[in-house]
Amino acid sequence: MTFNKMSGRLPATITSVMSMLFISSAQADYALNMTQGVTPISREIFSLHMIVFWICVAIGVVVFLTMAWSILHHRKSKGAVAANFHESTTVEIVWTVVPLLILIAIAIPATGTLLDLEDAETDAEVTVQVTGIQWKWKYNYVDEGVEFISSLAQSSRDVIKDPTGNENYLLEVDEPIVLPINKKIRFLFTSDDVIHAWWVPALAVKQDANPGFINDSWAIIEEPGTYRGQCAELCGKDHGFMPIVVEAVTETEYKQWIAAKKSEAAAIAASADKEWAMQDLLAKGEAVYQANCAACHGPTGAGIPGVFPAMTSSPVVTGDVAGHVDIVMNGRSGTAMAAYKGQLSDVDLAAVITFERNSLGNSMGDTVQPSAIKNAR
Amino acid sequence: MTTATTHDDAHDDHGPAKGLMRWVTTTNHKDIGTLYLWLAFIMLLTGGSMAMVIRAELFQPGLQFVKPEFFNQMTTMHGLIMVFGAIMPAFVGLANWLIPMQIGAPDMALPRMNNWSFWILPFAFTMLASTLLMEGGAPAFGWTFYAPLSTTFAPDSTDYFIFAVHLMGISSVMGAINVIATILNMRAPGMTLMKMPLFVWTWLITAYLLIAVMPVLAGAVTMMLTDRHFDTSFFDAAGGGDPVMFQHIFWFFGHPEVYIMILPAFGIISAIVPTFARKPLFGYSSMVYASASIAILSFMVWAHHMFTTGMPVAGELYFMYATILISVPTGVKVFNWVSTMWKGSMTFETPMLWALGFIVMFTIGGFSGLMLGVAPVDTQYHDTYFVVAHFHYVLVTGALYSIIAAFYYWVPKWTGNMYSETHGKIHFWWSTISVNVLFFPQHFVGLAGMPRRIPDYSLQFAEFNAISSIGGFAFGLAQVYFLYIIIKTIKGGEKATDKVWEGATGLEFEALPSPAPYHSFDTAPEIK
Repeated sequence: MTFNKMSGRLPATITSVMSMLFISSAQADYALNMTQGVTPISREIFSLHMIVFWICVAIGVVVFLTMAWSILHHRKSKGAVAANFHESTTVEIVWTVVPLLILIAIAIPATGTLLDLEDAETDAEVTVQVTGIQWKWKYNYVDEGVEFISSLAQSSRDVIKDPTGNENYLLEVDEPIVLPINKKIRFLFTSDDVIHAWWVPALAVKQDANPGFINDSWAIIEEPGTYRGQCAELCGKDHGFMPIVVEAVTETEYKQWIAAKKSEAAAIAASADKEWAMQDLLAKGEAVYQANCAACHGPTGAGIPGVFPAMTSSPVVTGDVAGHVDIVMNGRSGTAMAAYKGQLSDVDLAAVITFERNSLGNSMGDTVQPSAIKNAR
Repeated sequence: MTTATTHDDAHDDHGPAKGLMRWVTTTNHKDIGTLYLWLAFIMLLTGGSMAMVIRAELFQPGLQFVKPEFFNQMTTMHGLIMVFGAIMPAFVGLANWLIPMQIGAPDMALPRMNNWSFWILPFAFTMLASTLLMEGGAPAFGWTFYAPLSTTFAPDSTDYFIFAVHLMGISSVMGAINVIATILNMRAPGMTLMKMPLFVWTWLITAYLLIAVMPVLAGAVTMMLTDRHFDTSFFDAAGGGDPVMFQHIFWFFGHPEVYIMILPAFGIISAIVPTFARKPLFGYSSMVYASASIAILSFMVWAHHMFTTGMPVAGELYFMYATILISVPTGVKVFNWVSTMWKGSMTFETPMLWALGFIVMFTIGGFSGLMLGVAPVDTQYHDTYFVVAHFHYVLVTGALYSIIAAFYYWVPKWTGNMYSETHGKIHFWWSTISVNVLFFPQHFVGLAGMPRRIPDYSLQFAEFNAISSIGGFAFGLAQVYFLYIIIKTIKGGEKATDKVWEGATGLEFEALPSPAPYHSFDTAPEIK
């Protein structure tokens, strides 16, 4: 009677406990496992991960249960008397050969997956060159001539002291990379400075971006959506602040986006030919400075003593305009100062140089026009 | 004639010199062992404090305590200090104390060099630590110091780091030469190689690894130095070099290095388990062969740290196969320890608890190591907290646990005093619970996508990081408690018997009193 009642209740109890767990996990994120991802490779990797995991669990159960049994039963306090065996060639051979067979069983599917993973070239339909730059990503759609830089969104920078409730904190960018679904996308990776690594877990793509070399990887994204990732190789101060956002869209939407990007680029190029007023340059320059220069030279131009020079009263910034333009455009070899002519437009360069000369504690009073930058290229 | 005899008698009995100079000028293996162990403990607390800074910053999302550049300095210095300052010197300290006593030798073969190889270290670590106070800060490129972050993009203090690494390397190589010379030349008559305790065996193999790879590390930092100051381009593609070559050179040192930090641990566990199981070690000779196999394989697997660097697929396949192969001899060791326990008559004094903790948790670290070795899956694991969890399971609950086990096991022999069993057990359970709260959740955040070496993270990782930090603070505190236990044991306690443990075997327990005299085995013991 009582037993019946209990057994009737038990499933309900389990369900309520489970649902409580579920609710609490909906409030707090206790994700335990790797994502399966949205590409054929990511699913292959996931299943391989689970196979190896369960093999480890099985071996662990056998070893730890044997230990536990021994600890419980072969103890002096229970009157156990020590046996004296201490050698057995047969046993040694068995526990060398059996693990070897298990390893072969792991190695076979692993080899297949690895060969798939490394075949980026065959039938690639879209090629994107990804360049790691301290601390942002540059994307170049090689076949389309579309190029832009993607860096951490201001919405994350603003709440760095207390990000509570900020959805996608540190995983949001100003300009996501847009990719078509169901196409084989080949990524080419390189870097302008130190080694970075481009990692989007849902795509199972993690590849180092090495300065002076090109690596590749690939993905076929099967579901539209937003997929987020981060730099995975320590690349200096703001390594934790260079996220990746991939927007996977249908082919039509992708084509529209490419077209929009092209006309946007044309408009920017056209604006370089007009004469800019100082206050317009300053306003634009401040935004460019905060996005590109502040990470090292500081939001107020103070720099970091001994590592990154200050902007305020800097001999370069308060010196000859041509010298200043040269350093910003071409960088300074042997230091962390990058060449920005490949990263910024004529307008952006003119604006940021003007801003540096007339703000951050400097007041040189001169402006640099986009046309001057264009000539200096 | 009589004068000579009197003199000899006096020599046999004389103890250590008095005062501070005893420690500066000592050539006694026990004194030098003690110095190494204290240095290692100070470094453990120093590196541990840095880990506390890291865990405090990671306690919740957002930047609360430190700036990203300082965070990177902390992770870098934490790694360097724990590897080169805590784990390695602790094992050298144990080697100094134990090898002469275990092989029936009066001292190390090269006592003056022994003094020198220790006394280099405090200077090396002072120099390394002083970079924290320099303009531009300490090295912030991780303990693996990948170029070009450590060359073109590094702070000026990197040159001090390079010099400090050179000093540590010199010290390690001298220590290793001393160990080899002692083991090969100073064994008591009858102490054949295959009669040596496993701790001696594993250290002999470790010493060869050290001599083979420390010069490689010295080469790597020297190339960094010339890249930084003398316009060479070893690691700079613009001058014809290759930043990935740095990683090949580093890991050619770095992978044997991880076995340098675990082989002596295998020796310690192989001493403790038979003592408390009251049963001889199962498969002694297979343990020796397994250690040698691990050492040889360790030279052939380095690029498994580099599966995402863009290696050719043939290279990745080779390094994957070779890497997972290491789990075979490692598995043999674990199976042998479990078989030693099987049908024993076990008791669970503190050293045994730490040894059992080692076997279980090192095996967990071994499992995640096997998973990491599977190259295609490493795409998702590489440079995440899964890796952090893996190597802390093998280095903290592996190497460090074995060192603590060794302390409890041999301290009665060193000091003549028993430690307090209650304190030892509290220390064990406190550490073991907290270390799992600390590192186990890191597997989860790693799999869920949290990269390592980041000062701040997105909100989805908040809960496990908070749990991990709480575990970290508790584990840190447990090691301060350990300091109290150490001092209390040195100062006094119940007197240890000569044999110390009912099931103890080996010359140090069977042929020497407790505490072991300042000079032991002036005449060689008889080996049965």
